[in-house]
Amino acid sequence: MPGITREEVAHLARLSRLELKDEELDHFAEQLDVIIGAVARVSDVASEDVPPTSHPLPLTNVMRPDEVRPSLTPQEALSGAPAQEQQRFKVPQILGEE
Amino acid sequence: MTVTELVSYEDALATYEPVMGLEVHVELGTKTKMFCGCSTALGAEPNSQTCPTCLGMPGSLPVVNAVGVESAVKIGLALHCEIAEWCRFARKNYFYPDMPKNFQTSQYDEPIAFNGYLDVQLEDGEVFRVEIERAHMEEDTGKSTHVGGATGRIHGASHSLLDYNRAGIPLIEIVTKPIVGAGERAPEVAKAYVAELRELIKALGVSEARMEMGQMRCDVNLSLRPKGAEKFGTRSETKNVNSLRSVERAARFEIQRHAAVLGAGGTILQETRHFHEEDGSTTSGRIKEEAEDYRYFPEPDLVPVAPSREWVEELRAGLPELPRVRRNRLREEWGISEHEMQSVLNAGVIDLITATIEAGADAASARKWWMGELARRANEEGIDPTALPITPAQVARVAALVAEGALNDKLARQVIEGVLAGEGDPDAVVDKRGLKVVSDEGALGTAVDEAIAGNPAIADKIRGGKVAAAGALVGAVMKATRGQADAARVRELILERLGVTE
Repeated sequence: MPGITREEVAHLARLSRLELKDEELDHFAEQLDVIIGAVARVSDVASEDVPPTSHPLPLTNVMRPDEVRPSLTPQEALSGAPAQEQQRFKVPQILGEE
Repeated sequence: MTVTELVSYEDALATYEPVMGLEVHVELGTKTKMFCGCSTALGAEPNSQTCPTCLGMPGSLPVVNAVGVESAVKIGLALHCEIAEWCRFARKNYFYPDMPKNFQTSQYDEPIAFNGYLDVQLEDGEVFRVEIERAHMEEDTGKSTHVGGATGRIHGASHSLLDYNRAGIPLIEIVTKPIVGAGERAPEVAKAYVAELRELIKALGVSEARMEMGQMRCDVNLSLRPKGAEKFGTRSETKNVNSLRSVERAARFEIQRHAAVLGAGGTILQETRHFHEEDGSTTSGRIKEEAEDYRYFPEPDLVPVAPSREWVEELRAGLPELPRVRRNRLREEWGISEHEMQSVLNAGVIDLITATIEAGADAASARKWWMGELARRANEEGIDPTALPITPAQVARVAALVAEGALNDKLARQVIEGVLAGEGDPDAVVDKRGLKVVSDEGALGTAVDEAIAGNPAIADKIRGGKVAAAGALVGAVMKATRGQADAARVRELILERLGVTE
């Protein structure tokens, strides 16, 4: 089974907007490899008669009351944004030239 | 932009039968978002109502809002739907910055409510049944501001700015089955359906459903098929049609446009279209992919929702009287026609009239004030009648003052004007402005004598038996007393003075 490469971890980190240091890339590549390997074992035991499972716990109706909880401040919310303007998240052009 | 050549509505309907599907999104009026405890209050400064969950931060976990689920079940029940015994949320994956998670938490093949209907009444009283496919729970997106392009449009923008206060606010999406058989009345049915749905949502108390504030938004899907054909034609999806009038106009426009394209041997593209309020037209949005792949999968961070049958029955028992049933009851109680009731509904004053009657007014005067003076004022100021600074109790007091003869209609209008101007309760306005029907016989007698003396020719006519001429003298007295006299009493006094009887 092909392992996950350091480049793939870097790509995932960029998609997730996570800034990882060089040694973290190595560290996570190794860890993710183990996780993928473990998850792959599920395919070995899952047979036709095992229904797809979306949640491992036999729980239903976990709900919270409709009560306001403190939010982040706008400064906190925007602290991880690569760019901001007018207290809003700034994103690159959405539609290319037509 | 190319100008679309339209076929006349009549010609379009002579050849084709319209098939519609309506998708309505309702923003629930919960205090908090669907999956986190952030406030949903309107008007907050940008990005002040967000948290790691609604910002899609790694490691954050959603928890369902109990009132959101309850509201969804209530809406489903009011639409005569079956309520799922067990259902899940699903991730609808798409890459667009209005959702920081890169997916919208929605429901896919397991909606909480399905297979229902809503009976809607057209202006002339005809009832049309709209079948409901499903109602499911999901969340709203953030608000984008496009910068650098013309008039804030996304086309030509250099970049966009995102405020995520709205991201995560609970939405219920209600989808109809294909509406067939409405024929030429399809646009009317569309409007009546959205109007009835809005009344229903408001009656349930789950949302204020104010379309002008985006709390309720409609997508109009429409296709034409040749009369007698079985197979549906290709549909267009007109997005975000946000007023009742626009729903009707959009459907009408699309019928005419489709007929023109099909009649010229063309094909309708399956595409989204944008509606333009200014001229009621639609223009092409994006072409929909053959099978748009949102890569739906069950949301692993939320457990299934399994409404117990006891709870569902409890909610069903607690449903309010449905709006159409209530309107028919009130219409009979008030003794008015279908058409008059429709006007009351359109004016948005049913609840106000009801409350005014409860405060002691009779139905006729409650309706008169709200449909006349007050509806006009609200219209002039471009506000909802409920936003007028006068209460049903105050209107009822004005009606009572008229009923006991202390005010005539003209004075009553001035009292209402005073209340609206913030001068206090009706009685306070009467005092401050000195608005009383003049019943002081002495003062009235003097005014009558002066009117007779000032109009000798008219007085002679009356003496000669032309009683109808008395109106002119009544007018003169009313003018002299600045409208504060009791006109009937003035007339009596004039005839008495001139020695005539009717």
